[in-house]
Amino acid sequence: MISLNNAGFSYGDRAILKDVNQELAPGSFHFLTGPSGAGKTTLLKMCYLSLMPNSGALEVLGQDVTKLSREQITQMRRRIGVVHQDCQFLNHLSIRQNIALPLLVAGKNIEDNMDNLEDLLSWVDLSHRADAFPEEISGGERQRLALARAVIMDPDMIVADEPTGNVDWEMGQRVLTLLVELNKMGKTILLATHDLNLIRSIKGRVPASVLRLKAGQLSLAGAKL
Amino acid sequence: MSLNPMVLLFGESVSDQIVPPRGNAAWLTGLASGAMAFIAVFALTLSLAVGRLADYWSLDLARTATVQIVAEGEDLTAQSEAALRVLRTSPGVASAEIIDKSEQLALLEPWLGSNLPVDTLPIPLMIDVRYNADGPDVDSLKLRLSAEAPGANFDNHSQWRAPVLEASQRLRLLVALSLALTAVITVIIVVLSANNALASNQNIIRTLRLLGARDSYIAGAFVRRITMRSTIGAVLGMVLAMIAVVSFPSQPEANGLLSGMTLSGADWIYPIFVPILVGVSAFAASRLAARYQLHSVT
Repeated sequence: MISLNNAGFSYGDRAILKDVNQELAPGSFHFLTGPSGAGKTTLLKMCYLSLMPNSGALEVLGQDVTKLSREQITQMRRRIGVVHQDCQFLNHLSIRQNIALPLLVAGKNIEDNMDNLEDLLSWVDLSHRADAFPEEISGGERQRLALARAVIMDPDMIVADEPTGNVDWEMGQRVLTLLVELNKMGKTILLATHDLNLIRSIKGRVPASVLRLKAGQLSLAGAKL
Repeated sequence: MSLNPMVLLFGESVSDQIVPPRGNAAWLTGLASGAMAFIAVFALTLSLAVGRLADYWSLDLARTATVQIVAEGEDLTAQSEAALRVLRTSPGVASAEIIDKSEQLALLEPWLGSNLPVDTLPIPLMIDVRYNADGPDVDSLKLRLSAEAPGANFDNHSQWRAPVLEASQRLRLLVALSLALTAVITVIIVVLSANNALASNQNIIRTLRLLGARDSYIAGAFVRRITMRSTIGAVLGMVLAMIAVVSFPSQPEANGLLSGMTLSGADWIYPIFVPILVGVSAFAASRLAARYQLHSVT
């Protein structure tokens, strides 16, 4: 699914990631943890093709990302669902419209996906808020909205950057439960978080590994959960 | 009739709604395009009026002449008869008629008023001469007139027609230049508006890219929105300008520039092209600006 081979990234002279090596198998669940500024977001951006490695090699969904054309990158992004801590929505569109946005930009027929859309709204428990606008809903609802938007294209992989960072424990667990359900459906999950309690809470629900990023280096932390 | 769920879900325009409808640039684009269209229609009307005036000076008056006979009593009668005979027998002259007293008074009334005792004024007798398609040999006609009616002065209007014609042609050129400048300003406004819209929505652009939107899709949404605003503004500007033209005091028969500031016949079609041209210009300019801006957004 994702293969990092001595991958590195730097902003100018400042190296963020150095010689990162890791394989993420299809259908696996990974936590990415590490101190602030360790490069978690940079690594995630590389995984969802927002940044390209400066050195080494990175394969995503079996493709060498450095050799992709602009059009291929666009097509690949449609196979990767992204959830941000500061979810970026189009605030002038309703919740329902925001969830449908990936279908729209991909030129898909929304009429054919109306059932899927309503199912997703129900899955993330936002059916009653479907016509509200993103600025009118709570932080937890925004995270669930971001998750629904991330999965509407039925992606192979979900990349989530601190999706529970701005919500309380209970809401964080609801978001995690949704991610676990997606993983059980075969989606690869890469979840960046610094919340160790969240990581521990997954034990026994799905097999997961914890990747620790420190000083630009990635390592497998502890035993598999 | 079935309702389209896409319309129910997203309203009239599905993909165009990704561009937020807010922002000063939104209505400024329409307002500026409307103002430009108004000016363009007015300039077009002026250009057409000047064109008609130039045609009048160059064609209508070029086919006429006036003969004045300064004499008194029986001499006046004899000279006028001689002049008429010469004129009517000259090849190229279609007609030669004495302008009667009432017509002369009507011509003088705007300048001298209606209460002036014109009978006491030494007003010369005037003959209105109209040429046929070929026109006469003016030099030989003048020679014959001077021989048979010495008091006759032949005036083919060339002395004052030429500078007026030149002035009208220059005015027409200036109006054409004004139209071109209006088009350039419209393009500049649209480019600035597109840049503003794209620059103030960079977060939306990044989000859309992250969701797998092609740049052409994003550009298309912005271009359609800007083109639509510009075209609607231009249509309103055109309509207002046409109302202004219709309400302009008009006396086409006077053939003057100010009194002829109107559109006639097929001329009414031309203003329709103004919003079309504004729309096409807005489309091209905003597309160019969008592509450039999107290229610079990482």
